[in-house]
Amino acid sequence: MPASATTALEGRPPVRAAARPSFRRAFRWPGLGRARRFVVPVLLILLWQAAAEAGLISTRMLAPPSAIATAAWELIVSGELGHHLLVSLQRVAIGLAIAIGAGVSLGLVAGLSKLGEDAIDATLQMLRALPFLALVPLLILWLGIGEATKIVLVALGATFPIYLTLFGGIRSTDPKLLEAGQVLGLSHAQKIVHIVLPAALPQALVGLRYALGTAWLSLVVGEQINATAGIGFLVMDAREFLRTDIIVVGLLVYALLGLSADQLVRALERRALAWRPSLVREG
Amino acid sequence: MTRPVVEVHGLTRRFHGPERPPVLDRIDLTIRRGEFVALLGRSGSGKTTLLRTLAGLDPVTEGRATVPERRAVVFQEPRLLPWKKVWKNVALGLPGSAAEARRKAEAALAEVELTHRAEAWPLTLSGGEAQRTGLARALVREPELLLLDEPFAALDALTRLRMQSLVGELVQAHRPAVLLVTHDVEEALLLADRALVLAGGHLVEDIPIGLPRPRRRADPAFEALRLRLLGALGVDEDGHDAAARPAFGADSRQAA
Repeated sequence: MPASATTALEGRPPVRAAARPSFRRAFRWPGLGRARRFVVPVLLILLWQAAAEAGLISTRMLAPPSAIATAAWELIVSGELGHHLLVSLQRVAIGLAIAIGAGVSLGLVAGLSKLGEDAIDATLQMLRALPFLALVPLLILWLGIGEATKIVLVALGATFPIYLTLFGGIRSTDPKLLEAGQVLGLSHAQKIVHIVLPAALPQALVGLRYALGTAWLSLVVGEQINATAGIGFLVMDAREFLRTDIIVVGLLVYALLGLSADQLVRALERRALAWRPSLVREG
Repeated sequence: MTRPVVEVHGLTRRFHGPERPPVLDRIDLTIRRGEFVALLGRSGSGKTTLLRTLAGLDPVTEGRATVPERRAVVFQEPRLLPWKKVWKNVALGLPGSAAEARRKAEAALAEVELTHRAEAWPLTLSGGEAQRTGLARALVREPELLLLDEPFAALDALTRLRMQSLVGELVQAHRPAVLLVTHDVEEALLLADRALVLAGGHLVEDIPIGLPRPRRRADPAFEALRLRLLGALGVDEDGHDAAARPAFGADSRQAA
């Protein structure tokens, strides 16, 4: 039986070898490459537009893509979008700067000393259990409805991920590397600079990415509290006038901001963590 | 004679409290300047504990140990900092200016034939390259005492042979006192001036190895010493446990 099978295949192997790839090639769109993954979203948008024009979707519920594009263009040209974007970015930047300062200081103190851990860690773990967005009523009572509340909300949400990952990263430093540093005659401070902090960096950068995500979330919530400027204000204001096109523009801006912040941290990681095997192989 | 580099008297180390036999029991040891000593023992015999004590990584709780200030360790795993390029790992902690440290590091890397990998990230090195980097990092400090903790154990057989001869040449050139912890009898005979066997917390053998260098395994004297050391380790020629020496009884209870 095997012998006859062999003879049956003789003369055919090239055909068989080519069979599978050609089967797949028939279903591949030539020349599209990575663009292939945009096919479905584009189709959905076209479908959305068609449904709106056929009167299937009310503009009061959801504006058609064409109206959204027009609204976006008008907001950009009039400078309105730029103004609100700048206000929002400023809130995130200040809040995040406070969060990084606080998270890094607390993480260093708790991570590098037992006393610091006892003093800080349990307290922060308890505070972390509070959903910080639920603090909004208190913050309004304490700080009013001005910029301070919005910035503090961003800072509060972003501090914890930075603290937690830095603390964890410091504590998971390989003790064997610390021993190596000791026999090389490094001082305590040198061990922290050359061994502990670089070892904690990968985790801390993951924390930074989390913090950015939380910061946008806090911003969305914060900007819906009686704001007079900012992307959140733009969205709330548009709601008053049933401008669903402007609301969607606001949502798209939030999405783009989150996406670009993530890309920024990824770029930072590629630079700072160039030594890691996965990145080394790519390079 | 010059003063010895290492002087150990009555060194005792316990991990399990006074009722259990100590890991190191009143050890006396002297290592002369430029002397290459191999310390043999089974797993868990306490040989790594003795090395760590001399390295200053484990405390001296009973007895006395005098070691030089300038000492360096090569561990079984290379223990390189993955976020520093190879030459920076070698230069880490060197005194003097940055340029001076870099020059020294590059010279040390040239000695272990790794000049071409100076700018590489440690995680891209092969096992042998990483261990050579570790060796360069130790030698660049011009140690009076070089402590080698089974530095070849994790390498493949061919790489190990190359590393052994490299270590032999470098030690001949720099003449530090060396303590090599190993469980490989042939390695000890190829490299050392003196072989110690640690068992049951005691140094049960102290054998000078007067063989001419370079040493050859085919040398009948080499073979005789090999059998003698294997006997001291409680293993016969075929690798079976020899009639148990009472000293090994206490051996299995503690972790190295």
